[in-house]
Amino acid sequence: MTADGNFAPAALQGSRPAEACAPELPVLVERGQHEVFCGLTGIIWLHRKIQDAFFLVVGSRTCAHLIQSAAGVMIFAEPRFATAIIEDRDLAGLADMNDELDKVVGRLLERRPEIKLLFLVGSCPSEVIKLDLSRAAQRLSSLHAPRVRVLSYSGSGIETTFTQGEDACLAALVPQMPAETSASPRSLLVVGCLADVVEDQFRRLFAELGVGPVHFLPPRSSGELPPVGPQTHLLLAQPFLAETARLLENRGARRLAAPFPLGIEGTTAWLAVAARAFGIDPLRFDAVTGPKIERARRALQRYRKELEGKSVFFFPDSQLEIPLARLLARELGMELAEVGTPYLHRRHMAPELALLPMGTFLSQGQHLDRQLDRCRAARPDLVVCGLGLANPLEAEGLTTKWSIELLFSPVQGYEQAGDLAELFARPLRRRAKLARLAEAPARAEPVRILAAGE
Amino acid sequence: MQLTLWTYEGPPHVGAMRVATALKDVHYVLHAPQGDTYADLLFTMIERRDRRPPVTYTTFQARDLGGDTAELFKEAARDAVARFKPAALLVGASCTGELIQDDPGGLARALNLPIPVIPLELPSYQKKENWGAAETFYQTVRALAGPSAPQPGRPRPAPADGPRPSCNILGPTALGFRHRDDVAEVVKLLGTLGIRVAVVAPMGAAADDIARLGEADFNVVLYPELALSAAQWLKRTFGQPFTTVVPIGTGATRDFIAEVCGLAGIPVPPGLEEGAARAPWYSRSVDSTYLTGKRVFIFGDGTHAVAAARIATEELGFEVVGLGTYSREMAREVRAAAGRLGIEALITDDYLEVEAKVAELAPELVLGTQMERHIAKRLGVPCAVISAPVHVQDFPARYSPQMGFEGANVIFDSWVHPLMMGLEEHLLGMFREDFEFNDGAAPSHLGPGSKVPAAVARATVPAIIPAANDPAPAGPSGWTLEAERELQKIPFFVRGKARRNTERFAQERGVALITVETLYDAKAHFGR
Repeated sequence: MTADGNFAPAALQGSRPAEACAPELPVLVERGQHEVFCGLTGIIWLHRKIQDAFFLVVGSRTCAHLIQSAAGVMIFAEPRFATAIIEDRDLAGLADMNDELDKVVGRLLERRPEIKLLFLVGSCPSEVIKLDLSRAAQRLSSLHAPRVRVLSYSGSGIETTFTQGEDACLAALVPQMPAETSASPRSLLVVGCLADVVEDQFRRLFAELGVGPVHFLPPRSSGELPPVGPQTHLLLAQPFLAETARLLENRGARRLAAPFPLGIEGTTAWLAVAARAFGIDPLRFDAVTGPKIERARRALQRYRKELEGKSVFFFPDSQLEIPLARLLARELGMELAEVGTPYLHRRHMAPELALLPMGTFLSQGQHLDRQLDRCRAARPDLVVCGLGLANPLEAEGLTTKWSIELLFSPVQGYEQAGDLAELFARPLRRRAKLARLAEAPARAEPVRILAAGE
Repeated sequence: MQLTLWTYEGPPHVGAMRVATALKDVHYVLHAPQGDTYADLLFTMIERRDRRPPVTYTTFQARDLGGDTAELFKEAARDAVARFKPAALLVGASCTGELIQDDPGGLARALNLPIPVIPLELPSYQKKENWGAAETFYQTVRALAGPSAPQPGRPRPAPADGPRPSCNILGPTALGFRHRDDVAEVVKLLGTLGIRVAVVAPMGAAADDIARLGEADFNVVLYPELALSAAQWLKRTFGQPFTTVVPIGTGATRDFIAEVCGLAGIPVPPGLEEGAARAPWYSRSVDSTYLTGKRVFIFGDGTHAVAAARIATEELGFEVVGLGTYSREMAREVRAAAGRLGIEALITDDYLEVEAKVAELAPELVLGTQMERHIAKRLGVPCAVISAPVHVQDFPARYSPQMGFEGANVIFDSWVHPLMMGLEEHLLGMFREDFEFNDGAAPSHLGPGSKVPAAVARATVPAIIPAANDPAPAGPSGWTLEAERELQKIPFFVRGKARRNTERFAQERGVALITVETLYDAKAHFGR
């Protein structure tokens, strides 16, 4: 039985029934210090995905420093992002600022002629001084048309948390999508950045199922924006796309409610919802997905041995926490100590919430110190958190899995189910391996060189 | 507006964090939007700290901008003091906090906290990280040591613990390049001189330690970028002189010892270098002969760049062909050092300019920061890191100071390691067409299968943002095919120089077509 009452594929028979975790589930809503990234961070994976786009952050040195710190050595892989750093003299008068921006963009496009799409990305400083980047984008678009399209969105920390930057970016693309024609067939639109390898796997799966035509947003090139309209069925691949989905629905697209394609259960239910919308025979569905489910089961088996009965605590980060918690609880047998998420979109998350174990403790937002107190009190076996917290918690004797990797690695779909479980199992396995080292002083039998003849 | 990809320095509030994190019992409340907490991971990941930096962020969001951001700040400050019980509180704003004009200093004072509150004014749109650290340290010293300042005109009281001279060590912070081991090395050195170290600050100092800075006889300034303004204030206020030589390199260490002994009023003890200073002998030993005249490009913060230039010329016998810094505060010192070497300093914080300069000069070794490491990798030039900003591998587990005699030993090893060993280099010249020894072969110590980037074969000027009208990186016209082929037989690490010299030679003499003869004429003219 899938989350929203769609047909239950045979492949899913025998998995734990969804215990009623009503969508009205109480959630602890907290305010206080948030230890999270801002939406600018999304640029790090978005610029790899849309291959002819450039992301120009209009912000401060802090913004440049953030991207540099988060992107590490990627800066030297000829990245297609940069920061236009606001200086004192820009703050003196806004008219001058638009001129400055035009100059920077002109110089940039001169030097990077292969760029077809330029995003002006708003930041906290640009939002606070009310620098109107949408007007700047229109002005620059008319200036550089038809060679370059200029769009804008905000990745500022005051408006966006981490992955919401992707939502804002994709939302800026929606008005640019062509409208369906009257002759357009029913189509499937998969929304959310996926690793290329995962996208290709899903393409093959939909083709085998007979679901199509299938389009992905964002496309790999800005010239391939898919059409949208009443014939479009919208399937979210990521849980953090509230605004993008809203704008697509405004353009007539019909959203298919589904859990997210993490783990076997999530992937199967996600595919099943699309298959049903396209009237695919359940027998065919089972024939296509059965072998892949079997393979993923084999991959997950060994990790279940490692993770079963272990407790996990999620600090808020990306909005992937709830689907990940669902996977860890239902397919790997972990106990959920707390599932924190930066933002909870009740409607999009409903199918996921319905699958969570009864009594799961959810929290939205953050009061960092209080949450750390709860975490220490719970002494979970595994803490999923950001890089600012991981080492300090390790030093306190807790085992951590840093959460950003879940965004930077291919984790969706059947073939990645094992890899995803491995990400959670590895820190625990490592701690067990190093347990002896942690005991001070070492009381282990010293290694001796055996003398000849011994 | 400045178009930036890489930035050598973070914003000034990151400098303030470096000081707060270095101190023991001081907390920093930062008025900053959600997202600015990214800076925590510099400390927890790059420096591998085992606890969170002592920083509380207000992390305001758009919905807070209606006017309760000031309330948010006060609440954060109150909670931080209650929870962490610091001995003093630093308060300030990040770049966005600066724009919303909440005045953290005034707000914190209004709370009547039971501890000193130190407001920080860090202009984010003009200044950068090192300035922010220096300013924060200066304000902290002023606020905490100020109350014990003697009345103007009163002489310094006699030291409490007798005649043994004492000093403070100023400047080491969190996220400082090799600060941990530099401090250990300098403390050890001062110990052998019979000088007592009263306080090391900010690294490891508590608020009480800062309060008694005025009691020592003089101050040792390890990193002028970070500690000069505090040292100047201590001199004005307590009459403490401070050191001006940074002990990086054997010669500088000797000068530093002389300076310190002068300030302490003691003779220089004999035999300090015995067993400790191996670098001078290593450098004189015959295996190092091949280092003579190697062309080196140096870039980093002002202190490390100037120190490296001296070591390179006086202690390793290199030729410094380029010297520069991203620290505008140190531009004068770096210009003077470059002037002494007869070159012009490169003062810039745009790494594309640095990259262009490295490509143009075609050095045989680059000494720089994390960025220069990448630039050198692109250009296929050996490189060693001498200055922040650095990555996680330059916060090593092993003892590896830059200062003192052991620092000089560390520097000798780390600069020479990326170069090909003398004999290897020699054989490469002998057997140019060797099937294993050729352009594609990197130094053997880099392991089998390591390849020299193709970029080495041509001295083009790459850029992260290539210009639209860049010519394709083919050999420039004006070379006969035969001359081009002969050029390829010259070992790759001097080929760029040979090409440039030959073209200059041809241009000066109006030679339109470069032949093999031109190549060897130029070689004879320029030497090597």
